[in-house]
Amino acid sequence: MTTAVSVQNLTVSYDDFKALDAVGVDVVAGESFGLVGESGSGKSTLLRAVAGLAPVTEGTIRVENRQLKGARRDKAFYRSVQMVFQDPYGSLHPRQTVDRQLLEPLAIHGVGDGERRILKALDEVGLGSGFRFRYPHQLSGGQRQRIAIARALILEPSILLLDEPTSALDASVQAEVLNLLEQVRRDRKLTFIMVSHDLGVVTHMCDRLAVMQNGRVVERLSAADLVAGRIGEEYTRNLMVASKGFRRG
Amino acid sequence: MSALLTVNDLRVRFPTRTGVVEAVRGVSFTLGRERLGIVGESGSGKSQTGRAIMGLTPSHAEVTAKTLSFGGIDLLSAPPKVRRDLRGKRIAMILQDPKYSLNPVMSIGRQIVETLRRHESVSRSEARERALDMLAAVQIRDPARVFDLYPHEVSGGMGQRAMIAMMLVAGPELLIADEPTSALDVTVQLEVLSILDKLVADRGMGLIFVSHDLRLVSSFCDRVLVMYAGKIVEEIAASDLASAKHPYTQGLLNCMPVIGADRHPLPVLDRKPEWAL
Ligand SMILES: Nc1ncnc2c1ncn2[C@@H]1O[C@H](COP(=O)(O)OP(=O)(O)OP(=O)(O)O)[C@@H](O)[C@H]1O
Ligand SMILES: Nc1ncnc2c1ncn2[C@@H]1O[C@H](COP(=O)(O)OP(=O)(O)OP(=O)(O)O)[C@@H](O)[C@H]1O
Ligand SMILES: [Mg+2]
Ligand SMILES: [Mg+2]
Repeated sequence: MTTAVSVQNLTVSYDDFKALDAVGVDVVAGESFGLVGESGSGKSTLLRAVAGLAPVTEGTIRVENRQLKGARRDKAFYRSVQMVFQDPYGSLHPRQTVDRQLLEPLAIHGVGDGERRILKALDEVGLGSGFRFRYPHQLSGGQRQRIAIARALILEPSILLLDEPTSALDASVQAEVLNLLEQVRRDRKLTFIMVSHDLGVVTHMCDRLAVMQNGRVVERLSAADLVAGRIGEEYTRNLMVASKGFRRG
Repeated sequence: MSALLTVNDLRVRFPTRTGVVEAVRGVSFTLGRERLGIVGESGSGKSQTGRAIMGLTPSHAEVTAKTLSFGGIDLLSAPPKVRRDLRGKRIAMILQDPKYSLNPVMSIGRQIVETLRRHESVSRSEARERALDMLAAVQIRDPARVFDLYPHEVSGGMGQRAMIAMMLVAGPELLIADEPTSALDVTVQLEVLSILDKLVADRGMGLIFVSHDLRLVSSFCDRVLVMYAGKIVEEIAASDLASAKHPYTQGLLNCMPVIGADRHPLPVLDRKPEWAL
């Protein structure tokens, strides 16, 4: 079993606030690993740290057996690791058409056959070629999220960091995107680290997961254990109860 | 029950390089002091419906309606000043991309304080107190720290809650909440919903709750509109959502991943062209 992503004792600090406090996570190559937990607990920060976008003050990050130094990430890294950000609006360039944003990663990495790849990528996320020359502000929230997913997939990476990839999608489009993600993972032996607050989605997509609260991992368990209620922490149990819906009074 | 909001045959069109996009194609409903859910396909016009009511449609787009009135005010013929005064004070909207709707160069706390002071004459220190209380009410862990953070320094769910705090602080009569809890973990989500619930029950606020989370909508709202391709295809009591009639709604219910159900791949919709007629 090879480890695709190994994070040890990772601490991320903003002044004297610790967004991550000695967090450790090991993700096996080919698995789909889930991160759930409190809003503000550091889930996005963990993915961003792997991508070199958060100020790491302690600890180590290894990706495909290479130890990453500081915040620098080379071209080869982005060829194998792609991220879908939680806020698609912020990760898309406001003044570039969808076409440009999909073409850019291909150009940077010298990948040919752009036309075919772009049309295929749009089709895979359920958007027709009519969306190709739109700007981000001309799309709905879910359409923007799908463009961000298409852009991450277009380079055929081996590791995908997915931050709430379907939170802006209705159940029907979500099902299509989740099926697509599962299929590419199977076909290309991809590794996923996926953040979601929807326990239905996480248990559907992931084998194992970590539960975070206040900058720390408070529990690690398998999706099967979560489903069966074999839960150690009070907080995790509260999440399960709350996911049943709203109760008045 | 007198209607707070009346929407009759609302249409929103965008001229684009490749032709006209009809984002909203004849939406009609009335809203009382209740919780109205709107669910629907991505791109079906939910946000554009909310924006048209708020008066936030981009200026190059065309908005028409037979009636669009709020509290007796005809919104489409109201002068810009009247609409500006309504916005934020009597009608508020929690936008779908909160972090990008907040002012990027002003701290979270100051934005809430300024919103409050724009609508009410309160002292600076009282406004600060109320802003901190509001942040605490939406379950922000450390309100004093978050008060001084800028939008890019907060998490997705914290940005969402900052926007909710900002919209609620002025006490609107109508709140349009566009996916207000999509970035919140489920426990915080329920806390935030119970705040909205109280505002409807105690203060008689009208709430339009746009969400793709069917479990939440069916347990939280009174009534649900289902949108598809710019139109309302079904209206149903929230508690009856499970027995929806329209094939789109039925399909939606069937393709949610359910904890404990092992369905790979998930069922997907077979969209019929006639649904979009
Ligand atoms: N640039 C920054 N400056 C200060 N604090 C920051 C900065 N970036 C992140 N933080 C803090 O780090 C903490 C963790 O944020 P993060 O975005 O990782 O949370 P999250 O678990 O993804 O939450 P959510 O589910 O709401 O998206 C938050 O308290 C946030 O305010
Ligand atoms: N400026 C624009 N120019 C052209 N089309 C636009 C523009 N803004 C929005 N649209 C289109 O209008 C339609 C309705 O958009 P809206 O944002 O209301 O969808 P939505 O129901 O909120 O979807 P989601 O659930 O994905 O947020 C979409 O198909 C979108 O692409
Ligand atoms: Mg996050
Ligand atoms: Mg929307």
